[in-house]
Amino acid sequence: MTETGNLVAETTSRIFRDLGDPQALAGAKDERWKAPLWQALEEAGLTRAWVPEALGGAGAGIAEGFDIVRIAGSFAVAVPLAETLLAGWLLSRAGIAVPEGALSVAPVREQDRILLNPDGTLSGSARAVPFARDAAHLAVLAWRGQAAVVALVARAACTIREGTNLAHEPRDEVVFEKSKPLSVADAPAGLTNHELLLMGAAVRALQMSGALQSILELSVAYARERVAFEKPIGKFQAIQHSLARLAGEAAAALVAAGSAADTLSGASAFDAAVFLEAASAKIRSGEAAGKGAAIAHQVHGAIGYSAELALHRYTLRLLAWRDDFGGESHWAVRLGNRVAANGADALWPMLAAR
Amino acid sequence: MTAAIHFDPIRLPREAQDLRAEVRAFIREEIGAGSIDPRAGETYSGFNPEFSRKVGARGWIGMTWPKRYGGRERSFLERFVVTEEFRVANAPVLRHFTADRQSGPILLKYANERLKADILPRITRGECCFCIGMSEPGSGSDLFAAKTRATRADGGWRIDGTKVWTSNAQHADYMIGLFRTSASTRENRRHGLTQFLVDMKAPGIKVNPIADMSGRRDFNEVVFDGLVIPDDCVMGAVDMAWKQATSELAYERSGPERYLETSYILFELVRLLGANPDARGAEGIGRLVAQIHTLRRMSISVNGMLQAGKEPSLEGSLVKDLGTVWEQELPAKARDLAAFIDASEGDRAVFDMLLAFATTIAPKLTIQGGTTEVLRGIIARGLGLR
Repeated sequence: MTETGNLVAETTSRIFRDLGDPQALAGAKDERWKAPLWQALEEAGLTRAWVPEALGGAGAGIAEGFDIVRIAGSFAVAVPLAETLLAGWLLSRAGIAVPEGALSVAPVREQDRILLNPDGTLSGSARAVPFARDAAHLAVLAWRGQAAVVALVARAACTIREGTNLAHEPRDEVVFEKSKPLSVADAPAGLTNHELLLMGAAVRALQMSGALQSILELSVAYARERVAFEKPIGKFQAIQHSLARLAGEAAAALVAAGSAADTLSGASAFDAAVFLEAASAKIRSGEAAGKGAAIAHQVHGAIGYSAELALHRYTLRLLAWRDDFGGESHWAVRLGNRVAANGADALWPMLAAR
Repeated sequence: MTAAIHFDPIRLPREAQDLRAEVRAFIREEIGAGSIDPRAGETYSGFNPEFSRKVGARGWIGMTWPKRYGGRERSFLERFVVTEEFRVANAPVLRHFTADRQSGPILLKYANERLKADILPRITRGECCFCIGMSEPGSGSDLFAAKTRATRADGGWRIDGTKVWTSNAQHADYMIGLFRTSASTRENRRHGLTQFLVDMKAPGIKVNPIADMSGRRDFNEVVFDGLVIPDDCVMGAVDMAWKQATSELAYERSGPERYLETSYILFELVRLLGANPDARGAEGIGRLVAQIHTLRRMSISVNGMLQAGKEPSLEGSLVKDLGTVWEQELPAKARDLAAFIDASEGDRAVFDMLLAFATTIAPKLTIQGGTTEVLRGIIARGLGLR
């Protein structure tokens, strides 16, 4: 990690520790904590890490941005930080200046298609857009015939149909009915819904890996404290082996997601390596999220199921993040089809090149 | 919060990927010459002295060791590439692999100059086979319950007792054996065991093959009856073997052989399902590929950390736990995914033969070299629970 990278990571951790600690939030009666947290993230430039300075951003590297996202995940981030980063990335790659405030991105599903009409307006809809109602603007990947374009749209120009995910966070349908964008530019060559989804998948994989590391730490700490049958439950082999399996799942997610982040930060195009790495990261982190959340709850017993303990802030997000930007099955079918089309003899060389 | 687990983001360096091209060219030649059959299945015989000599001549055995002992002073990541290419190709590496992976490094660390100069160059030439004497009839996972005695005798130590499940003993020139030199103590039940270098050709050793459930006779019972070994064959401190294992074990646990053992069935599955699998087949392949990719990235990370002089013992154990469970489950998953491919199609017969073999050997994968249960205990200790 570079020196700047360390600084970015430390700043992110500090802000979340001070203003976004999940255990403190679990007891909060309202959502007044959100504004100061968001303000601190914005003032530190973290929300615009992937936007070059010329377009209003902090101009950090791709790797630093993924660090921010992983650390945010390790605090069960409940504000649209990852979405704002991703939207800033999409807009700036098309050369569009990035406005202040929270952003989100659309579409987040492969089958959703938004069209740029000849009159310059947008039509179509995107489902399950994270934090759409909280975003001032949306970065939209749309189609003008066969050409992909990136559009910046004010949220007020769209119709929002509110929905939520498992963690009660906004996953809204955004409907574009002749919505007029603020700016439109050609998408960078080779960037389609698929590539946007891959980048989003990598972002969610990093968040999941951070959250898995945290539920491992919470579960180990709990097992060392909680006494049953006259000793800490962490002394029982059954619990030790459960936690060893949780550690394995967390490790797999951390490595798969970290490897994808590393690949994307060194990539000049969305090539076969990026596809393998990002798809694998989303698949493996998603699998780890499901297995890991179940183990963490089992180790915690009833208290972990209560609203009082912060564990659910992690586990519900882990389970929900699996679905964003393509779930495990989605990416597994895509990856499996690619492997099958290349043929059995190409599989090992593909793996070994990484 | 403290990060209990840490994996450095390691990529294979350029020289390692360059070496891969050389190894693949060699493998192609050997497939042509008939010494490697990637789809051998139950006919696989891992022991091939001629092949091991050729590998030695290439400089790919003991390749990380000092040049004065026949090594090439190359990195552990280069060794990683050789290991994984041979494993994927089903190359017959049994004669040299144990010596290359763990016995040679033990000699490097603990043997005197005479033994190092005598044995290590022979290992690097592929002319020397090692086995590991750990388990006994009364002690397997509970390694420190070993009872085979080493007692002081004229000119060295006298060994009496029995080792069991010893792979390769029928071929081995040497064993690294764990023997009891003192009783364990109340304070430390692991005290009292010592590692020895044993010349398997010396009198006083009887090797009895044990048939296994796959129909093979790869492992053995080794009976010691009055074997005398010289004093300079003590490897490390007497009674203190329990202290020596840590970083060596990370190498043993984290290599590509810990998740690639049944990999041929994945490649055959992809072949069998063809270029246009249905969604079920595609999803199955995709998940398996994501999983093996992740395991491989974890393994590279541990090997890179070892190369950098770190001691990732927790991480190494995690790789072996996840990797062996994965390679063990792989045949069952492949069987499910192939269920709707008609027997008359394509390579079904080869697939079935390989599947039967992989299914038969699967139970041993989470037992050999430390059971899943032992590994999870070690991981729990690394997490601060023990």
